[in-house]
Amino acid sequence: MNSSSRGGTFVMVLYLVFLMLPIYWLVNMSLKTNFEINTTVSLWPRDITFEHYIKIFTDSSWYSGYINSLTYVVLNTIISISLALPAAYAFSRYTFVGDKHLFFWLLSNRMAPPAVFALPFFNLYSAIGLFDTPWAVALAHCLFNVPLAVWILEGFMSGVPREIDETAAIDGYSFPRFFVKIFMPLIASGIGVAAFFCFMFSWVELLLARTLTATNAKPIAVTMTRTVSAAGMDWGLLAAAGVLTIIPGALVIWFVRNYIAKGFALGRV
Amino acid sequence: MTLELEKVSRAVAGVTHIHDVSLRLERGSLNVLLGATLAGKTSLMRLMAGLDAPTSGRVLVDGKDVTGFTVKKRSVAMVYQQFINYPALTVYENIASPLRVAGLPRSEIEARVAEAARLLKLTPYLQRRPLEMSGGQQQRCAIARALVKRADLVLLDEPLANLDYKLREELREELPRIFASTGAVFVYATTEPMEALLLGGSTATLREGRLTQFGPTAEVYRRPGDLATARVFSDPPLNTLQATKSGGTVRLQAGGSIPVAGAFASVPDGSYTIGVRAHHLQVEAGEGHEAAPSINGVFRLRASVTVAEITGSETYLHMEAGETPLIALLPGIRGLEPGTAVDVLVDPGQILLFDSAGARAGRALDAAA
Repeated sequence: MNSSSRGGTFVMVLYLVFLMLPIYWLVNMSLKTNFEINTTVSLWPRDITFEHYIKIFTDSSWYSGYINSLTYVVLNTIISISLALPAAYAFSRYTFVGDKHLFFWLLSNRMAPPAVFALPFFNLYSAIGLFDTPWAVALAHCLFNVPLAVWILEGFMSGVPREIDETAAIDGYSFPRFFVKIFMPLIASGIGVAAFFCFMFSWVELLLARTLTATNAKPIAVTMTRTVSAAGMDWGLLAAAGVLTIIPGALVIWFVRNYIAKGFALGRV
Repeated sequence: MTLELEKVSRAVAGVTHIHDVSLRLERGSLNVLLGATLAGKTSLMRLMAGLDAPTSGRVLVDGKDVTGFTVKKRSVAMVYQQFINYPALTVYENIASPLRVAGLPRSEIEARVAEAARLLKLTPYLQRRPLEMSGGQQQRCAIARALVKRADLVLLDEPLANLDYKLREELREELPRIFASTGAVFVYATTEPMEALLLGGSTATLREGRLTQFGPTAEVYRRPGDLATARVFSDPPLNTLQATKSGGTVRLQAGGSIPVAGAFASVPDGSYTIGVRAHHLQVEAGEGHEAAPSINGVFRLRASVTVAEITGSETYLHMEAGETPLIALLPGIRGLEPGTAVDVLVDPGQILLFDSAGARAGRALDAAA
């Protein structure tokens, strides 16, 4: 190994350590007792304990947070993708009055801070009885996720030659059959990437999720704020909850890692 | 079936793509659409298929007006220049897809796909996906899908343009034969005059969205009705020279005059455009002596070589006679340096003559082909 590549390796290792340190510290903390966290600085747990994880998996006020979060995230992803598919097809294949403006307007929705929408959503959902349900959060997140999914899918769809649509029409395919059987497999990676981004955004979004829920549909991120009590912070429990929050995102990233590179290549991610 | 276009036009956003085309294609006929890029070949095919609706005019199938019918209601098959298959399906499923949509029984589908695969030599690849095959195989798959459908109208839009030379030769021979037995109206678009001649049948020449001529291919080549057709149906490009007939002599603008002969004999005095195909020009070394006068009824022009392109056993000689560019196709290898002075001989017995409006003038001369 020559000196320049050794230097490169060194920089790379330093960078990885820098990136991984907070995550390691989180895992480290989640396996320590609160006594150890509060009294010493240890690079690894002296006295490994799984009590925090056991509490999360047995206490329904904790694990229901995960279930609530996953429910609205999955709902949102399904709604966003099924709305975005036909919309993206229209933007990609047809020209209509104001299509470019509409496309840009969709994107500009993402520029508005979520806080702007928190109040109207709260009032609207309270009025129609959606408040404190997973649907409230799932629908609210569509405001940001549908435009994003349309934008990503439009890029992938425009990469499919229009002649394929025409050939299918000549072959006699009805539009729904063509769309499901011929077209969707061609943009499968785009659907994967769009679904991933919807999932991640909805999973990490806190403000709307918090405003639009009270008890029944409380997401995990909100539950985590409960650890402050008269007895002080339950650091270990909080860390364990944090570790479990990272896992779904990490899993999804693992599944779409190859498609994301393609999405970046298209300039749409 | 017979397909008839009646004064069909199509304009997109104010730009006319197809201008007033009338055409009648008979059952079981092979028709070539010949024209340069952007001449309107694809636009015309899309109108025939029903993928686009004409802005004005009618499309008739067996005398029945189908102008407003969508492509799904017509019996059409189409092959594009790009290799268009369904990438997610295997070759077998690709070929079978129009039959499955039509709801044919399984045994019938299997038999027809096997037959099409055999004709197009795809049998070993039926379980592959299109993108795992070479370009030629992909295009054969697309052609097989068009064949298996047994459509009444088969449209091939420059199907061989993206294939390598050898495959092109092979498929060009096979295609008309494969489709001939189906009794379909067969339409083949190409930019290459040579391809039209090899295919035979009838040729429609297109230029800037207008149909310039339609007739048996050899006929259109030999007796183009106007200058536009002659230009379209000429490769290398048609040489054109301006000439004036007055009294008993014909004078070329580029220099030289001869007594009236050939096609000039039967036309009145006036200005004409002479079209000469590259292989009818003769070239003699002009070095070392003054430009010789036109003699023996043959025009003789002094020109200077710009480029000599040698293609194996033939030479394309690009020249300039004053301002007029000329191309001659000469047998053998003629490595003439740029700038060499040459004499170009134009035999009035081997020219196409057009009047000032561009229409064919004078008696048709078979020799001019």
